Amino acid sequence: MIIITLRYFASLREQIGRSQETLTLTDSITVLDVWQKVHQTPLPDNTLIAVNMEYVERMHYICDGDEVAFFPPVTGG
Amino acid sequence: MTIKIVETVFEPFQEIHAFQMQLALNGKFGATSIFIGTMRDFNEGDQVHAMTLEHYEGMTQKQLEKIIEIAKDKWTILEALIVHRIGDILPSEPIVLIAIWSAHRADAFDACQYIMEELKSNAPFWKRETLNSNQTRWVVKNTDSSANQK
Repeated sequence: MIIITLRYFASLREQIGRSQETLTLTDSITVLDVWQKVHQTPLPDNTLIAVNMEYVERMHYICDGDEVAFFPPVTGG
Repeated sequence: MTIKIVETVFEPFQEIHAFQMQLALNGKFGATSIFIGTMRDFNEGDQVHAMTLEHYEGMTQKQLEKIIEIAKDKWTILEALIVHRIGDILPSEPIVLIAIWSAHRADAFDACQYIMEELKSNAPFWKRETLNSNQTRWVVKNTDSSANQK
């Protein structure tokens, strides 16, 4: 059993209507598959993804306990 | 090396002075390079009267620490200070301060610019502007800079 936390930030959070949720899976899948499983829509092209607060590529496989964050391009500074 | 994420307005020169006073660097540094980013009252052709800065707590600090570590590998830096605002911000208020202390100016200039550009590209902050019309909108991208592609 794999349990992960999903987090959303900024405009993506507003579009989705929530800031976080928990997902339970039977097998490890990629972060791209996580998005598609939960949202059933293509991941927006410019979306950035972080696992446990480190940037990852879309084909990164998740592990139990991971925090997976999806967010738009950053605009600080 | 110090990273501060602050929710209230800060005075950059006081931050620099206070930080420098507590450093045990007297006689060691010959250069201090400073960048201060300040909120404008215009963007993309519109008048902006307020801004809210959101961030991903924890990841922000982690990314900024990593950026400083990479800069330390590239240049000889004695000390670094980053202060970044979050929350509600008004025009003329500082958003970000980067200050770098080093023995020589080239290291200070280059490291300061590198850290700022990397912060712009990788630190998870997001700006939402409130226009004079009271319409709000997310800033979708930062202004281009090719400084770190040199």
